Amino acid sequence: MKTPKKVMLTGNKAAAWGARMAGVEYVPAFPITPQTEIVETLAKWFADGTLQGKFTNMDSEHSMFMAAGSAGATGVRVFTASSSQGILHGLESLYTITGWRVPMVMVNVSRALATPITLEPDHNDVMSTRDCGLIQLHAETCQEVFDFILMGYRVAEEVCLPVLVNMDGFYLSFTREPVLIPDEQEVRNFLPLYTASQPMFQASRPMARASAVFGGATYTSFKLQQDLACRDAEKCFNRVAKDYEKHFGRFYGPVETFHLDDAEYVFVMSNSFATKGKSAVRKLRRQGIKAGLLKLRLFRPFPSVAIASALAGHAKVAVIDQNLSPGMGGITYPEIVTSLYAREDRPEKILSVIGGLGGKDMDDQDFMAIIEHLDSGDGGSPLYLYDEKDVSGFNRLQQIAKLKEA
Amino acid sequence: MKILTPVHKKIKDLHPHEAISPGTGLCAGCGGLEGLRLGLKELGDDFLICNAAGCFTLLSVYPFTPLKGSWLYTTMGGPVPAAQGVRDALDIRMRHRGLEKKEDLNVIVVAGDGSSNDIGFGATSAGIHRGLDFIYFCYDNEAYGNTGFQLSASSPYGSATQTTPSTDVHEAGTEMNKKDLFEIWKAQKPVYLATVSPREPIDLSNKFARAKDLKGPRMFICMSPCPTGWGFEPKEAQQIAKLAVDTGIFPVKEYFEGEVVHTVRPRKRLPVEKFLERQKRFRHLFEPHRQDEVIRLIQSRVDDYWRQYE
Repeated sequence: MKTPKKVMLTGNKAAAWGARMAGVEYVPAFPITPQTEIVETLAKWFADGTLQGKFTNMDSEHSMFMAAGSAGATGVRVFTASSSQGILHGLESLYTITGWRVPMVMVNVSRALATPITLEPDHNDVMSTRDCGLIQLHAETCQEVFDFILMGYRVAEEVCLPVLVNMDGFYLSFTREPVLIPDEQEVRNFLPLYTASQPMFQASRPMARASAVFGGATYTSFKLQQDLACRDAEKCFNRVAKDYEKHFGRFYGPVETFHLDDAEYVFVMSNSFATKGKSAVRKLRRQGIKAGLLKLRLFRPFPSVAIASALAGHAKVAVIDQNLSPGMGGITYPEIVTSLYAREDRPEKILSVIGGLGGKDMDDQDFMAIIEHLDSGDGGSPLYLYDEKDVSGFNRLQQIAKLKEA
Repeated sequence: MKILTPVHKKIKDLHPHEAISPGTGLCAGCGGLEGLRLGLKELGDDFLICNAAGCFTLLSVYPFTPLKGSWLYTTMGGPVPAAQGVRDALDIRMRHRGLEKKEDLNVIVVAGDGSSNDIGFGATSAGIHRGLDFIYFCYDNEAYGNTGFQLSASSPYGSATQTTPSTDVHEAGTEMNKKDLFEIWKAQKPVYLATVSPREPIDLSNKFARAKDLKGPRMFICMSPCPTGWGFEPKEAQQIAKLAVDTGIFPVKEYFEGEVVHTVRPRKRLPVEKFLERQKRFRHLFEPHRQDEVIRLIQSRVDDYWRQYE
């Protein structure tokens, strides 16, 4: 194996490099902060001939995902990226193209949703795509972003479903980290140039695709096939992960454990904030508190067994959702609780925590507050990481708003 | 005025080949289906239709398709960007992946007036802006027909729809004017743009024959008499289509190389009433009392249009 080159890349640049090394042939694009750096980088590479194929400036995310899907159905390797409002604007197209069963990889750079409009991250945008049939991989580091894109194409092209790789806006998209970029031939050995495993549109092969159906039974047949394909993607991911390790020496399971073995307190986290969680775990351990962390990587298909096996036997678990379903709470919380329900050795306490909304930082005090809450007898759920300091800060802003009104 | 040599002079010249089999789920007497059937005869079988949600979505209901070519159902607002993706992918495969030229496809969008004027309009404008090499076929039945005939931006002044009914307060029914999609598209200078009528098959066929070999955005607006929505018997569809042309309500024209030419001119325009009185959607203009002012306004707008060219 040739020595990979090590370069300092932002999350966005790592995504662009992932697409480049995957040999993408088609990128329909529409700008949105904080994703734009990805498509700008790819636009330049297509324009100067580094990449062969076509970069098309689209008119919206709805259009962009339509073009991405139809190009996938016509036999080229497709990449695109979006974020936040763009994901919502394109959501109809995302449901449509997952139903088309076309392979591709897209990156979502998470950003909180309006209203109020803001730029910093949380996961309500990616959670809105939870049920549309996308395979979802959530990245903590720039290296994971790069690696998941290469792995994503293998999975997408085997099970015929689009893969979404998620990263946090700002915290990861604009943070430089060292990224190992393998030699192109090594990448080709892992991910050959694209040959479609399903029929593609061309003159010699007329076909009707995505025809209307009448009757719930026919509809159900198609949806169940999609469900089976998506479930099968977990096994596929695990195979691909082993192969990836063989080629590049890095292994990615559907979940990652951190100081979990003897942990009495477990934080369940995903994406870049998991780095903050790991740091908190180290500090708590130095104080003699047996903390650990479970990081979610593969979010769809949901690796219920892997998650339940990791969490079973631990006393206290806090599921930290950087998203909010108003009137319900964290979105991943009930999924994790469901996974554990049938286990006799399930944790005695599973707390839902809502934090990091709109990019609100999480510090050591927050993690300590979670530990205290887990220990208190009557601690309600969910726990909102929103304290007196935040309240007084907001009160100050309200005072200014009222002054303007008067 | 440019004189373009017609490929076809009489009905017998038209291709006997059919790209759409009979027996589709569409309504009897659908004018748009006749228009598409004639158009596809010219284009040949190597096509892919990107379809927008609408009446024509019922052309392909699993496991059937009446088409010799390919079909992709998209979304109501996204047939043009879907066409973009197909076009781009075919170009990439031909340029870089050794796909033979004979595997190329005519990429066609088939959408109703609701998709064309309303929900898919922005994406269509963007497709023209990008110079997308495709053919757009809009079957214009002047309302959201598949959902039971509600107002679209194509619904004409004085027509009644389910969401603009004629009442004592709003006697005319629809009080807005039909959006002039031809002029809007023309402003973006597509390579070719034409209105066609199923009642003018030779004109229609010649226009498709002309558009076939051009490259870039090519648009057709097909007057689509709609028995269920407009309220007439299916067997009357051709007569209604003819009256739309003969009264001058529906100008049959083309835009090519910067010029607009009326390719079928009514010799002596019939009064608009002849067209209106045959349809239930205009019945309130005649019963229970005659709405002279509304009819006069419809007539004067038709007269104003033709005064520019006569």
